[in-house]
Amino acid sequence: MAPVADKPLVNVRADFPVLEREFGGKRVAYLDSAATSQRPKQVIEAMDRFQSESYAPIHRGVYELARESTDAFEAARTRIASFVNWDPACSIFTRNATEAINLVAYAWGREHVGEGDEVLISEMEHHSNIVPWQILCEETGAKLRYLTLTDSHELSLDELDSVLAEGRVKLVAVAHVSNVLGTINPVAEIARRARAAGAVSLVDGSQAVPQMPVDLSEIDADFYAWTGHKALGPTIGLLHGRRELLSAMRPFLGGGHMISRVERERSTWNELPYKFEAGTSAATEAVGLGAAIEYLDALGMDRVRAHERDLTAYALERLPEVEGITLFGPPDLDHRGGVVAFAIEGMHPHDIAELCDREAVCVRAGHHCAQPLMRCLGVGATARASFHVYNSRDEVDRLVDALAKAREVFEL
Amino acid sequence: MDALYRDFILDHYKNPRNFGELSPHDLDFHDHNPLCGDELGVHIVVEDGKVKDLRFHGQGCAISQAAASITSDELIGMPVEEIQELGADWVIEQLGIDISPTRRKCALLSLKVMRGATTGDASWPE
Repeated sequence: MAPVADKPLVNVRADFPVLEREFGGKRVAYLDSAATSQRPKQVIEAMDRFQSESYAPIHRGVYELARESTDAFEAARTRIASFVNWDPACSIFTRNATEAINLVAYAWGREHVGEGDEVLISEMEHHSNIVPWQILCEETGAKLRYLTLTDSHELSLDELDSVLAEGRVKLVAVAHVSNVLGTINPVAEIARRARAAGAVSLVDGSQAVPQMPVDLSEIDADFYAWTGHKALGPTIGLLHGRRELLSAMRPFLGGGHMISRVERERSTWNELPYKFEAGTSAATEAVGLGAAIEYLDALGMDRVRAHERDLTAYALERLPEVEGITLFGPPDLDHRGGVVAFAIEGMHPHDIAELCDREAVCVRAGHHCAQPLMRCLGVGATARASFHVYNSRDEVDRLVDALAKAREVFEL
Repeated sequence: MDALYRDFILDHYKNPRNFGELSPHDLDFHDHNPLCGDELGVHIVVEDGKVKDLRFHGQGCAISQAAASITSDELIGMPVEEIQELGADWVIEQLGIDISPTRRKCALLSLKVMRGATTGDASWPE
């Protein structure tokens, strides 16, 4: 019987033009989707069509072309919001997930976090969910605290409870899925416990939305940020927020479109979500992400998740064959997304990635924008393979072979 | 044989020369490559305006470690003033291999740290 992963997602690869590329006569094995995913021709064509046929200023022009572009932009928002089950009016387009998190840090944080308060994040956060809070805490005199990693590289709800019980936490901000460890955090439970303790919750879903079914109404966090470029789309981000909070918040960026009326001294704000979409929006990117979401929806997120799980299971089975390898992240596949970070004794991750490249296998090497996590793991850097719908078990085999060859070059 | 990971590069990576710490030392500097997080520090003892002895320490890839190790013997005995004249080409010539743009900072980290210690200028060598 064919493995589960090969059956449902067969021929998906052919949709991704860049995966036809060859390097040194070898077809590219792209194992870096946690950094950025490739785009199917359906997305490229949708963006091309929008620009060739319907592009005009959105929300402004009275002419038909402008109506068409506005409709396409808003239809993309509706499709994307419905995909994650959230109100489109509370789904704000941002530049990326980083900007979405900064929006909350500035527009909500500066009003609600002060001296003596605490912002609680975790040791497995991406820099985008660390640095905005460091800046907020530095400015306000609040304290930044970290939930620690358990031995299985997960978070402990007991630790969360004990920190919340001290009564100073104003905000809990955690990743839905770790970009290094792959850990799937129990974000619904974290959001529930945060709310019960009077804290607001923010979830960084950049690694979750692309690879598993995500129902934001079920998770019920106060804010949920993610980015399109890891979800087969272009670089555009989303911030989904609870209406009461977004309504009460001050704007983040001031400018055109976010206003209702501008007087000489002061202004009033546009309705949601436009209050947080100052300036000319990236309409082509929004349309492209709409097409990416349509593509993922057609594949079915349950099948996408099953595929990621199968590849991760296969990688965790085969990679230990490489001598001197250390794997990071939870061993339990129910708690783990499609990413495997690893280190090899006697060979720096940079050199691992360089030698994998000789075999046209693209893996990431470095700190993965998670330097505090690297220190927790006791390493300066790791190599990382991450998967998406277009990857196959065969590419995991090529990775294992490339690592064996790399060890030979290093005479290990 | 691999074009980048030549025997002498791997030898310097696995058995780096002049690595460790010097106590006491006259000059020191520590820096990192923000792209990959690799770190390198240096301790230098100066006598009569020349580098009498030095030790690098830190962690990094084969290219950054080998560059530090290979250049260290050349740097010992060099007048401190001359170090600020050294540029990227000098390091790459010492290494004797082609360095791709993506590995350039790996190769230059040790010189960056040396210049930081001796001149206070911690910019990337050009």
